[in-house]
Amino acid sequence: MRDDPQSGQSNLTCQALLRTTGGSAAAAVMAGDSMSREGAAPAAIADGANIAGAVPITLRVNGTDRPLRVDPRTTLLDCLRETLALTGTKKGCDHGQCGACTVHVNGRRVNACLTLAVMHAGDEITTIEGLGTPDALHPMQAAFLACDGYQCGYCTSGQIMSAVALLTEHCGPDDTAVKELMSGNICRCGAYANIVAAIQHVRKHP
Amino acid sequence: MHPFAFLRPADTAAAVASAAQANTAQQGADMRFVAGGTTLLDLMKLNVETPARVIDINRLPLNQIEVTPDGGLKIGATVRNTDLAHHPTVQRDYAVLSQALLAGASAQLRNMATTAGNLLQRTRCVYFRDTAMPCNKREPGTGCPAITGTNRTLAVLGTSAHCIATHPSDMCVAMAALEATIHVQGPQGTRTIPVGDFHLLPGSTPHRETVLEPGDLITHVTLPPPVVGSRQVYLKLRDRASYEFALASAAVVLTVAGGHVTRVRVALGGVGTKPWRSPEAEAALVGQPAHQAHFRTAAEVALRDAKPQSENAFKIELATRCLTHALQLATA
Repeated sequence: MRDDPQSGQSNLTCQALLRTTGGSAAAAVMAGDSMSREGAAPAAIADGANIAGAVPITLRVNGTDRPLRVDPRTTLLDCLRETLALTGTKKGCDHGQCGACTVHVNGRRVNACLTLAVMHAGDEITTIEGLGTPDALHPMQAAFLACDGYQCGYCTSGQIMSAVALLTEHCGPDDTAVKELMSGNICRCGAYANIVAAIQHVRKHP
Repeated sequence: MHPFAFLRPADTAAAVASAAQANTAQQGADMRFVAGGTTLLDLMKLNVETPARVIDINRLPLNQIEVTPDGGLKIGATVRNTDLAHHPTVQRDYAVLSQALLAGASAQLRNMATTAGNLLQRTRCVYFRDTAMPCNKREPGTGCPAITGTNRTLAVLGTSAHCIATHPSDMCVAMAALEATIHVQGPQGTRTIPVGDFHLLPGSTPHRETVLEPGDLITHVTLPPPVVGSRQVYLKLRDRASYEFALASAAVVLTVAGGHVTRVRVALGGVGTKPWRSPEAEAALVGQPAHQAHFRTAAEVALRDAKPQSENAFKIELATRCLTHALQLATA
């Protein structure tokens, strides 16, 4: 990193911003309006009682057990967004090609669009809403904010969920290794350089 | 997505008994096992797969990696690609497998995708994935528009007048070079299938991709004991550096003594209708000096019967260079 003037510059900017940026502005970007909407979904949708063939399951999401009835076809992604109103997790391609729907299942990142909700009874599911709070951001959320690791923000929650998982994975120290392990998260705005800078900042200042 | 009943059998025998009632284990199956779901759910959303029953095998005890009594390795059906790629024994003794797995998909998908699922990965041919188009693999007898259409990424080896779809797996290419054995539990009991016999050439029945029959459940894969002193390389060439299917790939397990090749296994990916082991290239290499000129000659032998389509003739030279370079890397 230090041999690369551009990366070095990016990191300096990142660190300077981290020293001076407060957490409150991050809330809108990182968690969206979903936190305030959680629990506000209409009951008929939330419990799926009127759906023919719906099956009962209990999903454990962000540390809370959520008893539900879901159509077996419901992906984990649609269940989180439509049934539990946790809309921080985004639907991009819906085919495992973009990474916008990345969540953690038992601590590992997965594409929520390519797995069924009924397959995850008893699993520990973490979404962007469970990562930090507006007043106490996860360090990765703070780093994305400080390093300007997004533009439109649509891919951001998936990027952050991947980035947090990466911290516990087999990843070499350099930017190339980070880019390889982040290749499953597409950003059409092209914020990649700043995303890598944010991740490297957290890795170097845990 | 078509409606389906979701089943979670208590044990492997119950899973097999449920699936034994299926109409087929091939395209058009009305029952499917689901493990990682990364291929199946993708295709169910496209209505390419329309099972009436989906049988979840994730809770069955099929997720272990163990050394076998003969010194080989037993890999459970639901072992995730990530766990297999980073297993210390795989990294040390079967490096080509670890490299192939890590060259495939994304970190998220590798956390989901399983060993058995990867053996059953389906082609990325755009006509197969689009139900508005004819496709002999998806709907037998409707024709193959790829032969006169978009075929840049499709196969040059093992094709037929009915199908030129590429087998997309990286893992299977490494398994072919490692001479893996697939273990199946079916309604009649258990049996083993050499990986080279597991996938079928399209011929006139491209909807039949494997030798599996209704009720057959892949329980595990075994690898023979590691080849002492072998050098192993998986080289993958693609349109972008990461998260893309192979245009051409090569798996090499090579042993050199006294400057000569004493043993070699070669398989190609991205160019065949099935994971493409090349005994012809192996025969051309054994006993020869481990030198680039011989590597190139052997690679040309591997592609000797390649048949180009309108957009993919470049793959023949690309695969030839890919294998040549992989052999060089294995001797570097």
